[in-house]
Amino acid sequence: MRRDIFQAIADPTRRAIITLIALQAMTPNAIAEHFDSTRQAVSKHLRILTECELVQQEQKGREIYYQLKIEKMKEIDKWLEQFRTIWESRFNQLDNLIVSLKKKK
Amino acid sequence: MKPNLQFDFIVDKENSQLTLRREFLANRPLVWDCYTKSELLNQWFAPKPLNTKTKSMEFKEGGHWHYAMVDPNGTEYWGYTEYVTIKPIDFYTSLDTFSNEKGEINMELPRAKWKVSFADHGEKTLVELLVQYNSLNDLEAVIQMGMEQGMTMTLENLDLLLVRLQQQQ
Repeated sequence: MRRDIFQAIADPTRRAIITLIALQAMTPNAIAEHFDSTRQAVSKHLRILTECELVQQEQKGREIYYQLKIEKMKEIDKWLEQFRTIWESRFNQLDNLIVSLKKKK
Repeated sequence: MKPNLQFDFIVDKENSQLTLRREFLANRPLVWDCYTKSELLNQWFAPKPLNTKTKSMEFKEGGHWHYAMVDPNGTEYWGYTEYVTIKPIDFYTSLDTFSNEKGEINMELPRAKWKVSFADHGEKTLVELLVQYNSLNDLEAVIQMGMEQGMTMTLENLDLLLVRLQQQQ
């Protein structure tokens, strides 16, 4: 199974987890309290997020805290920025075309 | 004159939807033509350095546009757009797909629903494109293919284009 940023955010529960831990690092128990799903289900999502390298674990005393790797989230924006560039290129060409069409009239 | 044209690029990741809004310095009938006539689409649709070539087009409900984007090496990337609803000169909806030279749709590659709307904006025309993908993965795949096809435009290119535009005014 693919493990990348897009897989990470493909699921609504995972997106909610990302939003939660974007504010502060949390333990799996604290995260699970925010969801109706079982502790196991939340653990599975955390495992996938870890495999996608979107979150990292940090041991503090006896507890494990999950925290978001913000720089990883920026990958999506990088992709989207490229898509935007494609469209900018298209639209600039359309501007050119419009200029030449208006001249002919 | 320096063109100062509105360009919005809004991404709704939750719904895998893109909204693009762009102003054009022309009246609505002319901009409509640029989007709906193959001889005009051929002149702008493929981003640099690619060129557009139309194999067939029937702009009507249930009709299609079968075209290729050709890179500088001559490699062709085929696309097939099916027109669903057409309301001149307000909007049209379509299904955007990848295909082959025969016009057979590639079901493995992402398909997107498009709604393209045209509105008067003073002396300009505002075009709004709603692009709906099935998933963000689909969107990613499209971007990745775009990159492989060299659909990038350097800032240098953009500057040159702007200079040319200004000279023409």
